[in-house]
Amino acid sequence: MKGSIMNRQLDGETETGLQFFGKMTASISHEIKNVMAIINESAGLLEDYSLMAEKGMPINPERLKVVSNRVTNQIRRADSIAKNLNSLSHSVDEFQKSVGIRETLELAMGLTGRFADMRSVVLDFQPPPDFPNVITSPFHLLNLIWRVLDFAMDASGPEKKVGLTFEADPTSVKIRFTGIEALTNLPETVFPTEKEASLLGMLSATIHHDAKKGEINLVLPKDDRQQATAESHLERSR
Amino acid sequence: MEKVLLVDDEKEFLEIMAERMGARDMDVTTTTSPKEALKKAQEESYDAVILDLMMPEMDGLETLKKLKKKNPDLQVILLTGHATVQKGVEAMKLGATDLLEKPADLKILTEKIKKAHTRKMILVQKKVEEKIRHILAEKGW
Repeated sequence: MKGSIMNRQLDGETETGLQFFGKMTASISHEIKNVMAIINESAGLLEDYSLMAEKGMPINPERLKVVSNRVTNQIRRADSIAKNLNSLSHSVDEFQKSVGIRETLELAMGLTGRFADMRSVVLDFQPPPDFPNVITSPFHLLNLIWRVLDFAMDASGPEKKVGLTFEADPTSVKIRFTGIEALTNLPETVFPTEKEASLLGMLSATIHHDAKKGEINLVLPKDDRQQATAESHLERSR
Repeated sequence: MEKVLLVDDEKEFLEIMAERMGARDMDVTTTTSPKEALKKAQEESYDAVILDLMMPEMDGLETLKKLKKKNPDLQVILLTGHATVQKGVEAMKLGATDLLEKPADLKILTEKIKKAHTRKMILVQKKVEEKIRHILAEKGW
């Protein structure tokens, strides 16, 4: 086993990234199984109908239409799940590229939907009419958005509704998570943890709490390469 | 006729299963809410409860634990998208009768429900016998 991965410790960032990837794909496969179960039972129901018809029992065409619509809806659902999986998989193609914020948040919502359902939390995405882009690592950005959403869902108020929106200025994009009512009772040290801090560092991003409003703002530079260069200049000048 | 309570957060899955199982002479009650399932299981006597492992409101294992606490003889079959060995072992330790992975074969599920029904009947019979023995011993007849 000398030199094998078993003998080496994964660094924190790799571990966090792998855990995120694993969590998302496990949830996706679970959802696909649910879709398959409905399609499987729909096929079984059609078989039941045909056996009934063979025995001379009349079948109402409306019942067939219901099954057909059900299968079509499930195929649409599976298509959307597969698209999310595909986008998540391709997020590791490049670790520095132009990323659409609206598209990234839509993907994050799609990936998080099942987790929200499990916690009976409603996710409410209210995008403004603009389409800002940032140059960053799409995978790490998704991971960070998930981690904030995960915390926000756990810390949401009795309304159990987490809002999500964004706004852009010439140099940065601010992603706003709202409805985090438990923020008022939590010390700022609770969130972000080391794991989020590591992702924030990687993306040259910052997190700001507004406990009174129950909000977390994630601020991303439009180009994290420029931010990194500026920081290294600053570091050298010290 | 087996009396079955089907608990799953997928409404469409419940609708089809209820129709298919009903056509197989089973008396099926459905709910998407684990909390409602606990209430129904207390109000009615079911031969088997078919329970999804992952649901909102309450985890399937937590629901199983509460169902078994209220009625240790209740026959609970878990139906899940993904059954890890760990979850399977945990479910069995908590008293689940069986565990099936989705998509399941209705023939197999029906067999398991019939077995659960038989097991329940045996348990009921045993309890009646015990009760009679107890009365006989107490009264000294």
